[in-house]
Amino acid sequence: MEATENNAAALAPAVVARPGDQERASVHGQQHPIALYLLVWVLLFVLSACSYLVDYFNFQGELRWGLIVLFMLLKAGLIVAVFMHMAWERLALVAAILTPPLAVLVFVATMAMEGDYTRATRTIFFGSAAQSHVEH
Amino acid sequence: MALESIGQTAKVELPRPRGLTGVVADWSSDQRSFKSASWGKAMMWIFLVSDTFIFSCFLISYMTVRMSTTVPWPNASEIFALDIGGKRIPLILIAIMTFDLITSSGTMAIAVNFAYARQRRMAALMMLATAFFGATFVGMQAFEWTTLIREGVRPWGNPFGAAQFGSCFFMITGFHGFHVSMGVLFLLIIARAVWRGDYDRGKPGFFTGRKGRYEIVEIMGLYWHFVDLVWVFIFAFFYLW
Repeated sequence: MEATENNAAALAPAVVARPGDQERASVHGQQHPIALYLLVWVLLFVLSACSYLVDYFNFQGELRWGLIVLFMLLKAGLIVAVFMHMAWERLALVAAILTPPLAVLVFVATMAMEGDYTRATRTIFFGSAAQSHVEH
Repeated sequence: MALESIGQTAKVELPRPRGLTGVVADWSSDQRSFKSASWGKAMMWIFLVSDTFIFSCFLISYMTVRMSTTVPWPNASEIFALDIGGKRIPLILIAIMTFDLITSSGTMAIAVNFAYARQRRMAALMMLATAFFGATFVGMQAFEWTTLIREGVRPWGNPFGAAQFGSCFFMITGFHGFHVSMGVLFLLIIARAVWRGDYDRGKPGFFTGRKGRYEIVEIMGLYWHFVDLVWVFIFAFFYLW
């Protein structure tokens, strides 16, 4: 009986200090092991080198843009999650900050359509002029 | 870690719910919604969101003009090549600038750690290293601009292809370089305050009577990492695409 009470008392601080509970309201300081930062640093170096190599080896087409976007998103994710400490913030802040920029994707889509349309009209109306220029 | 600015009294706090329940609980708490971030940090984040939209607009307009032009787009890989040891290496200057900026982000993250550990000299030195790498970046950008202007790149035309290349280049990299420059100034100012021990004494910062806290280093870091983050996108879309 007494032993279990002691056990409970010994366990209590451990439960309070669980890493997930850092999120309680009064804790604001973001301190994490330097080794983690160094790891992310190395990863960012490697990913940047990879995206540079995409250009160096002159990959083209879907492979090129697929790899570029992949490395870009991985780098951005690492910076935001670890360097900017988003991984340790509460979901209320994460959602408030990271969801609005998704609206940019709609903007990208509409402007891509607009760009296509402009290109099409330019090709139709100035196409003959461009061609004659090439022939000379 | 008492937070005098929020005026909480000491009390036993139950762990807040997590996940989506946590979002609802935080927003409906009739208090501040961002429980894990002070007002300073939240305001920096909101500023960064607005900055995200500005840079998005630049990159989207770049996408639009590049998609709509019928003239071939200049090859960035060749334009930003450098002769090193008699060999022409494609895009090498931009690669060096990328590594430089990532390194500055690394030193900034470590500076935040030292600041919270209250090792103010180390924190200030790491911030100075960050400022040094930032200034180096701006220097390389000045070199890049000079080279391109000498080669005849202008906002209204260039010898390599589509005329819109110049305007996109100067607008996007110029605005980013301006952010880096302001970041360097901001870093130097905060590093000075950290070095003097202002935040050990709680000396107030600009335009405020509130006590200065080491959290300002983390907030400064948010801005700096954001500048690095923007460069990740510029590197991918403008230089590599």
